[in-house]
Amino acid sequence: MTKHIRGIAPLGIENISRRGVLKGMLSTGGLVLAVSVLPGRKALADAPKWGAAGMPHGTVNNPLAFVSIAPDGTVAIVCHRSEMGQGVRTGMPLIVADELEADWARVKVVQATGDEAKYGNQDTDGSRSTRHFLVPMRQAGAAARMMLEEAAAKRWGVPVSDVEARNHEVVQKSIGKTLGFGELAADAAKEDIPAVGSLRLKDPSQFRYIGKEGINIVDGFNITTGRAIYGQDVRLPGMKYAVIARPPVMGGKVASYDAAETRKVPGFVQIVEIPAPSYPMAFQPSGGIAVVADNTWAAIQARKALKIVWDDGPHGTYDSKVYRTALETTARQPGKVLRSEGDFAAALASADKKVEGEYYIPHLAHATMEPPSATCRIVDGKAEVWTSVQSPQAAHDLVAKYLGLPPENVTVNVTLLGGGFGRRSKPDYAVEAALVSKGIGGAPVKVVWTREDDIHNGFYHTVSAERLEAGLDKDGKVVAWRHNSVAPSIMSLFFPDPKHEANWEAGMGLTDMPFDISNISIENGEAEAHTKIGWYRSVWNIPHAFAIQSFAAELAAAAGKDQRTFILDLIGPPRIVDVASTTPKFWDYGENPEVYPIDTGRIRGVVELVTEKADWGRKLPPGHGLGLAVHRSFVTYVATVVEAAVDDKGKVTVPRVDVAVDCGPTVNPDRVRSQMEGAVIMGLGLAMMTEISFKDGKVQQNNFDDYQVLRISDAPRETHVHIVPHGFDVLPGGVGEPGVPPVAPALLNAVYAATGKRIRSLPLGQQAGV
Amino acid sequence: MFTLRVNGQTQTFDGDSSMPLLWYLRDELGLTGTKFGCGVAACGACTIHVDGEAVRSCVTSISDANGKSITTIEGLESEGNHPLQKAWRALNVPQCGYCQAGQIMQAAALLKQTPHPTDADIDGTMYGNICRCGTYQRIRAAIKQAAGA
Repeated sequence: MTKHIRGIAPLGIENISRRGVLKGMLSTGGLVLAVSVLPGRKALADAPKWGAAGMPHGTVNNPLAFVSIAPDGTVAIVCHRSEMGQGVRTGMPLIVADELEADWARVKVVQATGDEAKYGNQDTDGSRSTRHFLVPMRQAGAAARMMLEEAAAKRWGVPVSDVEARNHEVVQKSIGKTLGFGELAADAAKEDIPAVGSLRLKDPSQFRYIGKEGINIVDGFNITTGRAIYGQDVRLPGMKYAVIARPPVMGGKVASYDAAETRKVPGFVQIVEIPAPSYPMAFQPSGGIAVVADNTWAAIQARKALKIVWDDGPHGTYDSKVYRTALETTARQPGKVLRSEGDFAAALASADKKVEGEYYIPHLAHATMEPPSATCRIVDGKAEVWTSVQSPQAAHDLVAKYLGLPPENVTVNVTLLGGGFGRRSKPDYAVEAALVSKGIGGAPVKVVWTREDDIHNGFYHTVSAERLEAGLDKDGKVVAWRHNSVAPSIMSLFFPDPKHEANWEAGMGLTDMPFDISNISIENGEAEAHTKIGWYRSVWNIPHAFAIQSFAAELAAAAGKDQRTFILDLIGPPRIVDVASTTPKFWDYGENPEVYPIDTGRIRGVVELVTEKADWGRKLPPGHGLGLAVHRSFVTYVATVVEAAVDDKGKVTVPRVDVAVDCGPTVNPDRVRSQMEGAVIMGLGLAMMTEISFKDGKVQQNNFDDYQVLRISDAPRETHVHIVPHGFDVLPGGVGEPGVPPVAPALLNAVYAATGKRIRSLPLGQQAGV
Repeated sequence: MFTLRVNGQTQTFDGDSSMPLLWYLRDELGLTGTKFGCGVAACGACTIHVDGEAVRSCVTSISDANGKSITTIEGLESEGNHPLQKAWRALNVPQCGYCQAGQIMQAAALLKQTPHPTDADIDGTMYGNICRCGTYQRIRAAIKQAAGA
């Protein structure tokens, strides 16, 4: 096991945050990485020393930004990250409360507005919240605790060493006098904020909440009683409702329109034209015609009555069938070499056996259960927005820019998010609400996306052809490995289409391939983007891991070996894989490789754990098979075993899934398990049935009737999540995304084990029956 | 003019007779616990009870509900302590939570008809309620817990 080094700054690591990219594109100024402190107060922190330092606004260690205590003792803790189901509104405040010695039952959680200068980075994506904020939140809680202790010591006239905060009160140790947090709050707020170097963090053995079982989510009551407010649920006095007819093809615009019938619909209020975007698209609204009405139904009916002639623009011929052929043709040619070790061609030429595999992974739409929505009103030159976004600061900056308002005159309130999955990193709909409100004189208006709007106007997961070739020696050992990945890049959103995967896209499972092989050529062919490509939960790891982990199982079969034995050989002995030494500008989730190295010991560990827990090799009924896949992403290690059952008509069901996850120490293990359970469902869905396709530049699917996602009847009967235990000497990895990538290859490897059929094209659909 | 009872209170409405109950509840009455997910009865997020039966409010017009008794998630149990609500919280079923009101309303109708449902009963009834976060395993467990299984 690698020794992990704490607190080494990830200097020189390129910033690739969604908003970092956006800021560069829009030239809104350089990234601000400074630590914010209150005027007149001693600086709490030196520069943050984690990957967070590479994010816009980094981290903020000011306890006064995060903690306030009422005279009655109620502790309010600010959650500055967006809640989309990952449990961050429970997890972040829990960390603060534990270090603060607060009683969790007396804590209330307050959601931050978009204000990174105050709170630090708020981009809730990249599986980063716990990874980047465990230590800063501990520091904020500890600082607040020490300020309470200082205030108590002064009140009693005793040395601070004689007092100690314990469970919501400060105790004078020698004679046992106590003062509640509420009684000390006002005095404590006047104390200097202790410097980071002087903070006394708890010994993890003293944690009350962090890493413990039995923590309920803070929004459980509101969610189960219908009181929870999402973006779609916001209501303001006098509010109007709007839906927007958007161009069905990326780059399209309104040629002409006729709203005569629209104006006759009862409840119709006004038309607002949304200007066509400039290019590149970034997170701009798509343009189109907004229809404002007295209620959502009237707006939808009025939009139906609109007659619009669209100019589809240059992407009106995008056709998924044609495009697939082009991707596959490119994948068979040499690509741009991203990583090269040894001599692939020579090693393949002298190999005993050659194996090839071509894999196809289609576009996906996030289809968050809550369709996008935002509400805005503009009063006296001040705009206020309520919306469900993963990146409230980006929403804030874009709304200010579009309205031409100074930043301080824009407020973005963050509601609960009805799912995120990367869709809500793009706040285009917040801008729409601002523009529609402006168009009706600043009156409050809610822009509602219908499900069809969501399916037709998304930022889609890329579409990918992945071609692998390998040579085996006579003992079945892999001696040569070539992988050519061909897929349109997310960077096409921000720049003239680069047609190649950026280093951070390739770093998600392609260039960081960890196998113990001497001759490697990892390549990337050209692919043009004809629609908006965006981040989708686990992003590029989906196609890369599907191809690599399927192909590894194909190689095991070619070598006549058990998949588990073969993959452990392929991973090789425990070691640190130094990809950076052979791969220019290698990117590893923005983290310092000294702190988060690619550790094959941990990859082996999750394979060994999951196969032990799943009883790998167990006797199965006829038509059943077990499949295995392992993948490191977001600096977390996950291995998955799927049991597939294939009936005589080729219908595939999944009786059981086992997941082993090594994400370092956990804050709330129940939410780690729930994220893995959910990742299994999302992974099985995209493996079995989920697909977005284009014809004439338009998305062919419309709603949940033809955009198929996994339902309860297709869900595994049992999912078991096994967490590798760690102490806090190791740093946490990501959790929200890394569960997804291994699921699809594990399923198709299981289908192969059950039937002998190798399925290389997603989704599975009816292929097992052919 | 339409008259209906919503969570025990009489309401009248003289607007568009084709307006689905979903938008009437959300936009006119402010009962936003009933969620908009698809508008075509394909996801179950808008599930409510009409005269005790689970229906999709996004495709049930207000004229179809005239004279009927509507229960939404807000009215399922006055303190929010229906056995399903308690089980949902005890097992931490929700992730993002957006679909869960619809899930609970559908499950409540199931338990009324089938107090001790099997896995097949649960899957057969809950099939129409999508959860993109993937909480299905815990939904099954919570229904069984509420059923006292």
